[in-house]
Amino acid sequence: MAGGVPGAAAVRQVRTSRASAEKPLTKWLLIAGAGLVLLWLIVLPLAVVLTQALKKGWDVYISALSDPDALSALKLTLFVALVTVPLNTIFGVAAAWAIAKFKFKGKGVLITLIDLPFAVSPVIGGLIFVLVFGANGWFGPWLADHGFKIIYAVPGIVLATLFVTFPFVARELIPLMEDQGQQEEEAAITLGAKGWTVFTKVTLPNIKWGLIYGIILCNARAMGEFGAVSVVSGHIRGETNTLPLHVEILYNEYQFSASFAVASLLLLLALATLLIKSLYAEKNVR
Amino acid sequence: MGGKKISRSRVLPGFGLTLGFSVAYLSLVVLVPLSALLINSTGLDWAKFWQVATDPRVLASYRISFTTSAAAALVDAALGLLLAWVLVRYDFPGRKLCDALIDLPFALPTAVAGVSLTALYAPNGWIGSLLAPLGVKVAFSQLGITLALMFIGLPFVVRTLQPVLQDMDRDAEEASATLGAGRFRTFRSIVLPSLVPPLLTGFALAFARGIGEYGSVVFISGNMPMKTEIAPLLIMSKLEQYDYAGASAVAVLLLLISFLMLLVINSLQRWSSRKKEAV
Repeated sequence: MAGGVPGAAAVRQVRTSRASAEKPLTKWLLIAGAGLVLLWLIVLPLAVVLTQALKKGWDVYISALSDPDALSALKLTLFVALVTVPLNTIFGVAAAWAIAKFKFKGKGVLITLIDLPFAVSPVIGGLIFVLVFGANGWFGPWLADHGFKIIYAVPGIVLATLFVTFPFVARELIPLMEDQGQQEEEAAITLGAKGWTVFTKVTLPNIKWGLIYGIILCNARAMGEFGAVSVVSGHIRGETNTLPLHVEILYNEYQFSASFAVASLLLLLALATLLIKSLYAEKNVR
Repeated sequence: MGGKKISRSRVLPGFGLTLGFSVAYLSLVVLVPLSALLINSTGLDWAKFWQVATDPRVLASYRISFTTSAAAALVDAALGLLLAWVLVRYDFPGRKLCDALIDLPFALPTAVAGVSLTALYAPNGWIGSLLAPLGVKVAFSQLGITLALMFIGLPFVVRTLQPVLQDMDRDAEEASATLGAGRFRTFRSIVLPSLVPPLLTGFALAFARGIGEYGSVVFISGNMPMKTEIAPLLIMSKLEQYDYAGASAVAVLLLLISFLMLLVINSLQRWSSRKKEAV
């Protein structure tokens, strides 16, 4: 749409306005209808978070965010993202390299399996780790004997988050690298470059924006995951409480302003994610 | 072409390493834990499984999950078609902002969506207070669940339709107009048929997401057994009572439905791309 040849676009505009276009009235009615849908379904929920957060003034807002439990929830959320995002990024790059640059049997199956966590309910994403590591799970008794705690502790939260954010980077990179083919890398190899140099000097610059976009999406989900984390967390304040879980706890205690204050932090994260996404889309068009 | 491909795979390094790592990591994080659910780690036999699976409360939770997800996906399909059409076909001030906002439900943590929608539709909320005098109860009813799932599912429909609309060849529409068909008739008999595969795909994606959704629903649903208790929530409450066997039984069924939906979506997408190539 954007960034085409101006002349061609102008010609097309003239042609469509003659034959296959709606009357201006229909067109603007449709636009107004779409605007109303967007206002109702997307903008109102967004506005509710901000107004509810600031309903009782800035003092309450600030104190809700500087509360020790909120700060420890923030710390845990950042920690979980800091562990899970790099791991899933390394996986995403490795998987995309193998899938996009080589031909092998079972590739389709592998791609489907990578997408699996998106198809599974987040609650199941938490449940499976309870079944493996929980008190009555496969390794539960062994872990208890050796003093390890995974479920209702930070490692469980990390595992559940790894599961739900698993496909993001890979899914972004695979189609991108498949489109780019392998000629550039082959040329570099033929000219005597080593594998790692080829990746950092040839592949990485080509996939830079897709990689950043995948990481941003992965991060947004890692910081915002609720269902899966809720199952394995145990909701121990100051210990296994992430920001989304803190929103829930405050809400269930009828501390609505504080709950929405923490929610507004997560909303900002979402808006920043959308902003970077639009920038990426612009880059892609050019 | 074929011969070239083979020689290519010999030129580039790292195949064994990256594939090996990917498969190992995939198994560790996804496949082994998922198999824990399927391999029946809780010692559930068939009779017990059947008993849990056909419990009235469990059946009710599935019925509620199904009907609300289907209703939400259906409304999303209609509204998503309108949004995608307007965003692709028309130029108007604020189009880019609107386009960016479509993805908010993808990016917004589900718990935030949950508390926000509840505040919006509660009897004292902005929309809830308008509907309460009319006797319409949104929050803590199946209507509330449906609205939450509509929010979550909307981008799936829009983002599936947009590329198809963008790539659509306008020549057939021109021809139809030249031959004297009205705009609505052209839309119905020329445009709409090629939008059926992406509409179905978008519907299926939104439906599949709705079946498993938890965070945005728990706050607005009120969680009353037999009335507004969805299947993922039932798993959660069984777990809270340390009923691992019961939770697993409900989860296995939910997982099978998800796999089924994955198959349906994959074949829909294949159909969709085949149809696109044929055109």
